[in-house]
Order: sequence, then structure tokens, then C-alpha cells
Amino acid sequence: MNGIVLAIISVSLIGVVCAAILAVASKIMEVKEDETFIKIRECMPGANCGACGYTGCDGYAHALAEEEGVKTNLCIPGADAVAKQIAAVLGVESEDVIERVATVRCGGDCNTTMDKMIYQGIQTCAAAKLLYGGKGSCTYGCMGLGDCAAVCPNDAICIQNGIAHIDTRRCTGCGLCEKTCPNGVIALMDDVEMILVTCNNKEKGAVVRKKCDNGCIGCKRCEKVCSTGAIKVINNLAVIDYDKCPECDDPGACARICTVGCISISNFRGIHKL
Amino acid sequence: MEYFKGLIVILMTSVLVNNYVLSKFLGICPFLGVSKKLDQAVGMSVAVIFVMMMATAATWPIQTYLLDANGLGYLQTVVFILVIAALVQLVEIVLKKYIPGLHKSLGVYLPLITTNCAVLGVCIANIDDGFGFVESLVNALGTGLGFMLAMVLFSGVRSKVDAGNPPKSFEGLPITLVAAAIVSLAFFGFTGVVDNLFA
Repeated sequence: MNGIVLAIISVSLIGVVCAAILAVASKIMEVKEDETFIKIRECMPGANCGACGYTGCDGYAHALAEEEGVKTNLCIPGADAVAKQIAAVLGVESEDVIERVATVRCGGDCNTTMDKMIYQGIQTCAAAKLLYGGKGSCTYGCMGLGDCAAVCPNDAICIQNGIAHIDTRRCTGCGLCEKTCPNGVIALMDDVEMILVTCNNKEKGAVVRKKCDNGCIGCKRCEKVCSTGAIKVINNLAVIDYDKCPECDDPGACARICTVGCISISNFRGIHKL
Repeated sequence: MEYFKGLIVILMTSVLVNNYVLSKFLGICPFLGVSKKLDQAVGMSVAVIFVMMMATAATWPIQTYLLDANGLGYLQTVVFILVIAALVQLVEIVLKKYIPGLHKSLGVYLPLITTNCAVLGVCIANIDDGFGFVESLVNALGTGLGFMLAMVLFSGVRSKVDAGNPPKSFEGLPITLVAAAIVSLAFFGFTGVVDNLFA
């Protein structure tokens, strides 16, 4: 009995002494934060998503407060409202934020493609990817195990019929899903664009055709119909150069001509401006 | 002179023969997690060396003068974890105040080390091997340097392996573990080197 009491007392004592030292040290050696930093930090959404290119909201706020010439419009989840507040704190002209939205570049749902194995391992995309490049017959597409849905801070992603779907009204464009997806299926797009290639497969057309009904077979019909030369088939996959899209005189021609239906006209144009 | 020879033997033993990562398999988590890039590997290793020395300097007197003196030796693990966790927090506060440059470069690695088993391992090993205070510090330094050696070597191996286009089923973690095993085998060759250092 005595031994237990002694043990409890001594461990508690050591704990209390450590706590006291830490408490005193944190008071004595407190680092005063810059006032501009605190004000800027309060404006930010605090999602720590890193879409601004800095290490979380603290990092961006530090950069804004301490360095000259850091842009005020880098916070994509915060959009125009945050950019205006930051500009007001710093006393500079506010810049417009180009909102971004996540898009799923895969149309291989349960009806169009199939699994090459009965996967019974850990139910995450990252784990499934380690086993022969994923459970689906296509190793480039969405695996539908929902790593993106799990990481999304706004519940904007759900898995429907085997592939990820993004609720563009909820998406703040933070890009966490883009970083999480092991196949790089999800990509961020400026919300002013409207044509989207919903395939990520870079294999030859004949191979793709066997695996997925909605896969890009690299037939180049879209490339030929495109009046501005924005679409190019690179590595057997149609890629759009969005800089050339605004000059188009027949928007959506590429989507209509696509035989496999892997080019879609998206409906999120200016979604955040509504 | 004999005393210094002893210290050098302890140092070389802990760096090469008893390398914590590659022979005792402690601290595998940062070894696999932070070894992707060389600069990150070095940053983590410097932080580990620093914390190992501090932790040894704090835990050796506690074990000797507090626990052993009162017959509470069996509380070693609990008390050491407690002290190391508090110590890392204290070090972070002090660094933030007085050496902000170092604090910034160590970044997230410092709090991460709180849960690094190699730090706890070296503190316990010092007691188990019956080292004195100075010998313990030298052992901690050597262990930290050994950790750094393993991290730096492995970050080089890893960048080569990743560039080497491994088979699809081995991509990522599997090939990394295989590479780690081979590097570990290579370190087996150091066995016996230290015994003949002053022969």
C-alpha cells in the first residue's frame, strides 16, 4: 500500500513541477505577436488548407504582415470578402480573387467500368492504390473509396455510383482533395471555365476502350473541331488550354462531338458570384 | 586517457554498430516519414540530436537521485515520458523566445519528437548500460549522430529508388521498406569494427 502511495505522490509531484515550469516559462518568455498579424489572422477562415501557398493561415498572415508585396488575394476559400478585409487592414487596394472549384476528371462510374479484383483491404484510396495500382481496371481513374470526401472540410464531396461527385456550391476551392487523391483525378479549375475533360487515362485508345465506356480514346475529333486550337491530345488524353477558350465562337462543340462523352459542359460558371 | 578512449568507443558504437534506426529499429516512424527530402531529413536529425542530449541530461539525474534513491526504479518509463514531453515543450518555448531562427528551421519537427521512441530508448538504454552522466551524454550524442547518418543515407537511397521506376506492385511504401531492410543489412557489416578500434 505504502509503495503505491509513494509512487502516485512522486509521479504527481514530477508532473506538477513540470507543469509549473512550463506555465512560468510560457508567461516569462511569451513572444509578443505583431498587431497587424493578429488583425490579419482574425480575417482568415482558419481552415489551414494551404491553398495560398503558405503553411496554413498563420504562415500567410505572417507573410502579409512582415513582407512587402505579398498579394492579398491568395486566400481562395475566403474569396473576395477576406481579400477586402486584408486589404483594409494593410491599407492597400483590394484585388479580385479568382475563385476556384474542384472538378473530378473521371467518368468511370459503376455502369461504365469495372473492378479487376474484389478488394477487401483497408477501405481508402491510398491503401487500394498500393495494391496493383488500385482496384479498378483503370489505374488512372477514381477509385470511389472516398479519401477526398473524408478530407473535405465542407462536406462538398460524396461518392455516387462509384465515383466522387463535387457539390460545387459547397466547394470553396481549398484544394485539399486535389492533394489527397492518389491518382490525381481531382483538379482545381478557375470557376470561369466551362468545358471539362472527365477522363484521366493516358493509355492508348484500344486499351482504354476495353476498360471504360467513358474513357478518352485519344481520337482527336475534339482537336479537329476546336476553332481556337485550345484542345490538344497529349499522351492519348485530351487536354484543354483554358487561355484560348474565351476566343471560341462555338462553345461546347468539342463536348457534342466527343464519341465517348468524356468532355462535358460544366454548370459551375461563376458559381461563387451568385 | 583510458577514460577518453572509452568515450570514443561509446560514441563509435552508438553511431555505427548499435545504430538505433538500422540495428535496434527504434525511431522508424521519422525514418520512413521524413526521409523523402535531404533538407527535411537533416532538419529532423538536428532536432533529434538536440532533444536526445537534453533528455539525457534531464532523465539521468532523475533516475539516479530520485527514483533509484527511493526504490521507485519501476516508474522509469512513465516518468521519462512525462519529463521528455515537458522538456520538449520547454525547449520550444525557449527557442521561440531566444533563437527564433532555429525555432523556425526546426518547425514542426520539434513537437513531433515528443513521441519519438528513439529518444525514450536512449534514455532508458543509458540507465540499463550503467553509464555515468558524461558517458550518457556521449552515448546520446552518438545515437543522434547515428540517426542523422541513417536519415541522410536513406534519403539518398530513396531518391534513387523512386527515380528507378520500380514495378507497379512495389511502388511507394513496399519498395521503401525493402530498401530500408537492405540499408540495415549493410550496417550489419560494422559489427566488430569498434572492438578493434584501439587494438
